[in-house]
Amino acid sequence: MLSINDKDLGTPARDSANLVSVEVDGHAVTVAAGTSVIRAAALADVAIPKLCATDSLEPFGSCRLCLVEIEGRKGFPASCTTPVEAGMKIRTQSEQLSKLRRNVMELYMSDHPIDPFECKAGGKCELHEMANAVGLVHVRYADDGRNHQHLPIDDSNPYFSFDPSRCIVCSRCVRACDEIQGTFALTIEGRGFNSQMVAGQHERYLDSECVSCGACVQACPTDALMEKSALEKGRADRAIVTTCGYCGVGCSFKAEVRGDEIVRMVPNKDGLPNHGHSCVKGRFAWGYATHPDRVKRPMIRKRISDPWQEVSWEEALAYAAAEFKRVQQKYGRGAVGGITSSRCTNEEAYLVQKLVRAAFGNNNVDTCARVCHSPTGYGLKTAFGTPAGTQDFDSVAKADVIMVVGANPTEGHPVFASIMKRRLRNGARLIVADPREIEMMRMPHVEADYFLQLTPGTNVALFNAMTHVIVTEGLVNEQFVAARCEPHEFKFWREFAAEERNSPEAAERITRVPAAKIRGAARLFAQGPNSAIYYGLGVTEHSQGSTAVLAMANLAMATGMLGREGVGINPLRGQNNVQGSNDVGSFPHELTGYRHVSDSLMRAEFEKAWNVAIDPEPGLRIPNMFDAALDGSFLGLYVEGEDIAQSDPNSQHVAAALSAMEIIVVHDIFMNETAKYAHVFLPGSSFLEKNGTFTNAERRISRVRKVLPALAGKEDWEVTCALSNALGYPMDYSHPSEIMDEIARLTPTFAGVSYEKLDRLGSIQWPCNDVAPTGTPVMHVGEFVRGKGRFLVTEYVATDERTSSRFPLILTTGRILTQYNVGTQTRRTGNVAWHAEDVLEIHPHDAEQRGIREASWVEVTSRAGTIALRAAVTERVAPGVVYTTFHHPETGANVVTTENSDWATNCPEYKVTAVQVMPTARHPERLPADRVIAAATPAAR
Amino acid sequence: MDIHHLVKMANDIGAFFASSPDHEVAVDSIAQHLKSFWDPRMRNQLIEYAGRDDGDLTPLAREAVLLLQQKQRPA
Repeated sequence: MLSINDKDLGTPARDSANLVSVEVDGHAVTVAAGTSVIRAAALADVAIPKLCATDSLEPFGSCRLCLVEIEGRKGFPASCTTPVEAGMKIRTQSEQLSKLRRNVMELYMSDHPIDPFECKAGGKCELHEMANAVGLVHVRYADDGRNHQHLPIDDSNPYFSFDPSRCIVCSRCVRACDEIQGTFALTIEGRGFNSQMVAGQHERYLDSECVSCGACVQACPTDALMEKSALEKGRADRAIVTTCGYCGVGCSFKAEVRGDEIVRMVPNKDGLPNHGHSCVKGRFAWGYATHPDRVKRPMIRKRISDPWQEVSWEEALAYAAAEFKRVQQKYGRGAVGGITSSRCTNEEAYLVQKLVRAAFGNNNVDTCARVCHSPTGYGLKTAFGTPAGTQDFDSVAKADVIMVVGANPTEGHPVFASIMKRRLRNGARLIVADPREIEMMRMPHVEADYFLQLTPGTNVALFNAMTHVIVTEGLVNEQFVAARCEPHEFKFWREFAAEERNSPEAAERITRVPAAKIRGAARLFAQGPNSAIYYGLGVTEHSQGSTAVLAMANLAMATGMLGREGVGINPLRGQNNVQGSNDVGSFPHELTGYRHVSDSLMRAEFEKAWNVAIDPEPGLRIPNMFDAALDGSFLGLYVEGEDIAQSDPNSQHVAAALSAMEIIVVHDIFMNETAKYAHVFLPGSSFLEKNGTFTNAERRISRVRKVLPALAGKEDWEVTCALSNALGYPMDYSHPSEIMDEIARLTPTFAGVSYEKLDRLGSIQWPCNDVAPTGTPVMHVGEFVRGKGRFLVTEYVATDERTSSRFPLILTTGRILTQYNVGTQTRRTGNVAWHAEDVLEIHPHDAEQRGIREASWVEVTSRAGTIALRAAVTERVAPGVVYTTFHHPETGANVVTTENSDWATNCPEYKVTAVQVMPTARHPERLPADRVIAAATPAAR
Repeated sequence: MDIHHLVKMANDIGAFFASSPDHEVAVDSIAQHLKSFWDPRMRNQLIEYAGRDDGDLTPLAREAVLLLQQKQRPA
């Protein structure tokens, strides 16, 4: 069911410059060529009854309800499948049409309760609305005829149920699964009266390939597919547009509310990142916001061995402030700092870094992007001048070749993956570079042209080999390079790329990717005409993460794949506000807009605005904070929205560092792992409880709107203000819009951003200023932000994390669709139905050698530590490589990861850890094996 | 802070800039990277160590650290 108040125009918009004028019931209307009659009528405010048509799906023409009369044509054509023609005169109402429609509706209603009170949607479903629209008040066919009322309800999905007795077999759900989601999990089985919608091979929804994106539920015009929350709570009375708090796609949602309770989250049709689509997390996994585990009262304790004591906000804040001051007085101004989070709004991250720089008086502020995409910032800023993705998401629709590197979009960024899959089904070619097979390689109607299954840690060698092919085979876009790039640096780079040691044959020995495949992929990429790179943490979380980003920039510049739609380099950001938290000054060396703290002119502007001197030296980065804690020079930390004890590498090292600190203030919604080392706990607010903005992976700033009252009484920005005030540095804002106004005043790329404009435009992609008053969908058009693009030599340097006889396998990590990062939110939702436990994927050859069986317990030992988890034996990983997710704290994946990090940014090398894997008898009491393995690898089926 | 860790980090930075065609540019780039991204306490500890280093720092990284030392000296 659509969101309340959504208008459905019947069929999708058409993209054509040619306009066609028609008349509908005497009303003139002009539309793009190719537009359907039903849509043209809707645009003229003439509603034509319909059931199988909806504007998110291609027309189907099956329900026969949207019939019209067209002057000069015989019969009654379906208005959904009939395109407009110039001068067409359409009649939507006549006696004959009314009779036909009523007869059709009568047949539908003969197998469906006509009484709206029996409708689970309270008579608000489209079926009942259409019955009213055609004036159907009585069904002539007897109740005791053949019907589908006996069919059992499929209640297996945790979030929605399917009642086949209410299904009218309109195929909207099937088409939504095919066209929008691209999973093809649903079908219509049987013919005639026996036609029935089924999931998978006539399985329960939960057991089928269904990924629970909710597209079918949204498309359903009846009460056959309904959210369980809506069935339980009834129809919402209002809808509030807000932005999802999960991944970096930043989907726009309508939170439907009844009183102070959320009834359901419905993807916003007008949302530009997602165009009305959603995934299982954003659509359904929001229940954590009111989970009983939520902490609602501030707490303090003198020692971490003491029990927590609930106190007032005033007491908690006063205690925290006094302790920070004591530590600074005793150990120096630089002995304390703060960590912002990509989970928080731009305004909150801005305030935390302001508190650190202004109230603490140092630059010891960092953000969790340190441990994910900091190499993206370094690499793209160095090469192009801006540390951000170059395109908007819609750009992928113009791509001819899509290269996915170190990313698993169907699991990590599922809504964007659906957009990408649609383009691939329409003919774009696909290159996948990953140590592990991902779902995108082979899907319905899509198969990757090249799968470059490289050894973890060898991305740079692969990119260098691709550019070698481009340089030595005359595939350089000479015109682009001559016009757009630094000539001297290009010349030197070109010589480097052409060297034999960068050839595919040489790279094959490093990467294990056959040279012929590298050559083929490079040629395909260069051929385009539009080739785009999409990448994830499989690129950045390496000792050469920044080098790899630079190498991709070289590849894109050399082939001219920048500065227009359909091309570009696009980081798929893991969390909702990775881009934004970086934009607003969360790194220790940069103020807002990525300007270095040593820039005295820029610093002076902040000093004037903040009325305080700002340290011109960079502060500590997160890994440096831990090291400094252990040497006694960093002993106080304010952490907002980040569970560093669980998410940062080498957990034992992190635990030792946190244990050494004298004051840790954790500001979060749950008692997380880091809180075990904390002295003050400040209860946070979820994204549903506050106002602010998030900035997604395409630089799109979107509003976060308060849907529920803050459970702990304060929104997070209010808490940071209160802490700053307690520290003696006044922060006085009455609404987050004032914080954004301050960011805009101090940041040239945000100069044109305001809440008023966001409300008016829906969202804005920065840069937004006088040059681009409504934002910038595609960057570097005509010229790079830094002027000329900069080629840099990207020598491959093998990681120090080497395999050996003791640690012969390489462990790499990733995410799964239904869980999110360290699982703080998703483990507290129905999503545990799919992934109750992390498992270790191991190749059959490696498993056989070690006597490891499917679902048996194994011990994973690295140079840093040992963990135990169950094995999943699969050919998705290559021999010599093992893989796990890190969604459950008991897995302790970061117990084994090491402190190796990217040379430029200190981003940890999560993706390469040398390990040994051996069978163990540990943890025999946990979940049944069949459930765990089946649940953990849905994409592997 | 753990000096071995700092030395490794400096050497890693050096390994990236080692491919620069101009030695002076490479040395300067490393020094500039340390100045731009490292907290002063880390830089100072490394500078102090470079004076007594017996080969843990690569020659290029050591040269850069010594240049950094010069740059940090008050004029």
